[in-house]
Amino acid sequence: MILLTRRAEFSASHYYWNDAWSAEENARVFGKCANRNGHGHNYTLEVTVAGEPDSVTGFVVDLKRLKDTIEEEVLAAYDHRHLNLEVPEFRTAVPTTENIAVAVWRRLEGKIEGAKLHRVRVYEMPDLFAEYTGG
Amino acid sequence: MSAYLGRRYRLSASHRLHSPALSEARNREVYGKCANPHGHGHNYTVEVLVGGEIDAATGMVCDLAELDSCVAREVLEPFDHQNLNTLDAFQNRVPTTENLCVEIGKRLRQALRSDLSLKVRVEETGKNFFETS
Repeated sequence: MILLTRRAEFSASHYYWNDAWSAEENARVFGKCANRNGHGHNYTLEVTVAGEPDSVTGFVVDLKRLKDTIEEEVLAAYDHRHLNLEVPEFRTAVPTTENIAVAVWRRLEGKIEGAKLHRVRVYEMPDLFAEYTGG
Repeated sequence: MSAYLGRRYRLSASHRLHSPALSEARNREVYGKCANPHGHGHNYTVEVLVGGEIDAATGMVCDLAELDSCVAREVLEPFDHQNLNTLDAFQNRVPTTENLCVEIGKRLRQALRSDLSLKVRVEETGKNFFETS
């Protein structure tokens, strides 16, 4: 089995806020991320798929199709958007890097032709990332 | 639902790879220029992955500020700007990056909540890295 990873980038804004808590509690837990005016990041997404290389093409997946799937399913919804205000899954879930990794997995699962989604890694910054493998 | 949170930290330290169990000639053969008597240094990158359930209220696997202070206390303070060969952890072990990775993993495992899983990767240079889990 071969693992193949494709990177993509998107830029988005967000804030961390739990409606069930007071403003003080949100500020205590989330710090400056709780500023309701939001802030933004350049995110890097790594999508890893697993499969066997095709005996004719030598490809695990058609890279163009994988790129298009990531663009259609994820980037079209997230890039240059406010995650809390414009992306349905974050109306209820806080758009932390962990929850973004889970959400990206759900958007891509079952939509990659010929290979199995293996791992989603989302970098909020070069030194901070979350990864989800479908657990 | 569980996920891993990854965080990268940097530390600079010196070391010399030299085993008292080996002859000088064998040390030179095994470790090459890393066995030079006065040591040398690296800018290490320590990648810590902490795995666990995503808390439904916070959307987080663990508190980032707590992880940072744990890594600062257990790893950066003891190792940054030190000569690894002089530290207790490496009195009986050669401070290869494999052994540094294991030592960092051991320290963090003892300090982190027991329900969190842990993977550690230490990059010695842009070309070499070592992982433990």
